[in-house]
Amino acid sequence: MSADYGRIFKDGLWENNGVLCQMLGMCPTMAMTTSATNGLGMGLATLVVMATSNLLIAALRGYITTQVRIPVFILIIAAMVTLVDLTMNAYMHELYKVLGLFIPLIVSNCLPLGRAEVFAAREPVLPSFCDGLAMGLGFTAALTVIGACREIIGSGTLFADASLLLGPAFKVIELKILPQDSGILVAVLPPGGFLFTGLMLAGKRLLDIRAGKPIVMAGAHGM
Amino acid sequence: MSDRPIKHAVVLGAFCLGFGTLLAATDLVTHQPIEDRHMEDLQNSLVQVIPPGIHDNNPVTDAIMVKDEAGKDVTVYRAKKDGKVTGVAYALEGSGYGGPISLLLGVDAEGKILGVRATAHKETPGLGDKIDPAKTDWILRFTGLSLGNPPEDKWKVKKDGGYFDQFAGATITPRGVVTAIKGGMDFFTAHKAEMTEVR
Repeated sequence: MSADYGRIFKDGLWENNGVLCQMLGMCPTMAMTTSATNGLGMGLATLVVMATSNLLIAALRGYITTQVRIPVFILIIAAMVTLVDLTMNAYMHELYKVLGLFIPLIVSNCLPLGRAEVFAAREPVLPSFCDGLAMGLGFTAALTVIGACREIIGSGTLFADASLLLGPAFKVIELKILPQDSGILVAVLPPGGFLFTGLMLAGKRLLDIRAGKPIVMAGAHGM
Repeated sequence: MSDRPIKHAVVLGAFCLGFGTLLAATDLVTHQPIEDRHMEDLQNSLVQVIPPGIHDNNPVTDAIMVKDEAGKDVTVYRAKKDGKVTGVAYALEGSGYGGPISLLLGVDAEGKILGVRATAHKETPGLGDKIDPAKTDWILRFTGLSLGNPPEDKWKVKKDGGYFDQFAGATITPRGVVTAIKGGMDFFTAHKAEMTEVR
């Protein structure tokens, strides 16, 4: 039996995107997308946690009894988050100063737990790892796009401080789109998070309708 | 094995032990680097409020505890030259629009401000975050001032009849910062002897 890796990645990135279809992980989606760089950083940190926790859960799934699976999943995810937190604090300190506050929040993100329960608990190690990777990438993409829209409209820049996150070589992608102080502030304030996430969701639905796909209200239960 | 509850307890316990050990090991490895980074951070902020020229010691390690009026311990970093205290720096907390604003205040031995910086805040981008020297030089204007210059009752924003500018559309942030700095200066006056005495 070989897993359909194309399907896994297609699901994670678009068809069953964690943010746009499953609507999980809304807290970091709205709180961390004040700029494209923040969205990207939060997405990448979540990706690492999801890939490693899916891998571990799939590898250990033979030992996890059904009755205690939820606390064990949470334990594994929380352990991975703490690992990422400590490692980043020690070795990627500049980035940690930007994201540090939000790393512990990954524990409360329902997306890793959702994938553990729906996918990693039933599938072999490699497909589960790929599922974590794909879902993480989809999450990162959604957060980066929402962040980019909010940043351009709210602050008039794109990928500001990206070199802090990705290294000095990425200074070139830090763009100034609008003249200074001409942004619409509300886009980067908390209400903007709701507005732009809503617009993204609507956009995805529109594209799906265009493509002639049936609209499924997936939500957290219909994964 | 049958489906007895004890089995689940053992499974859960084993996982807790396993991952607990993993985290303990990680902590062991990262503890020192994290400590070093915090030290560097502190040093970097202290450099901004205590000019390097006025001391020949390391203020980060030359710190004393002073009790404030509320009985809380305040860590005071001391700059010394030739064994004499030339300046002190300590953290303050102001209340802003988006929550507490952490400030670091440097004062010389005569009670003149060497520098103030906001080290952490959650003020509104574009409005209250003008206290950040990367945005405007508002906070740099405190350098060189002391209680008496301007007079003590002028340590307020202009809107409250004081000496300091507020920002267009944001009064709460600068008011909180000015009040906090005034409090910091009162703290210096009250504890000057304690802070500058060399034991």
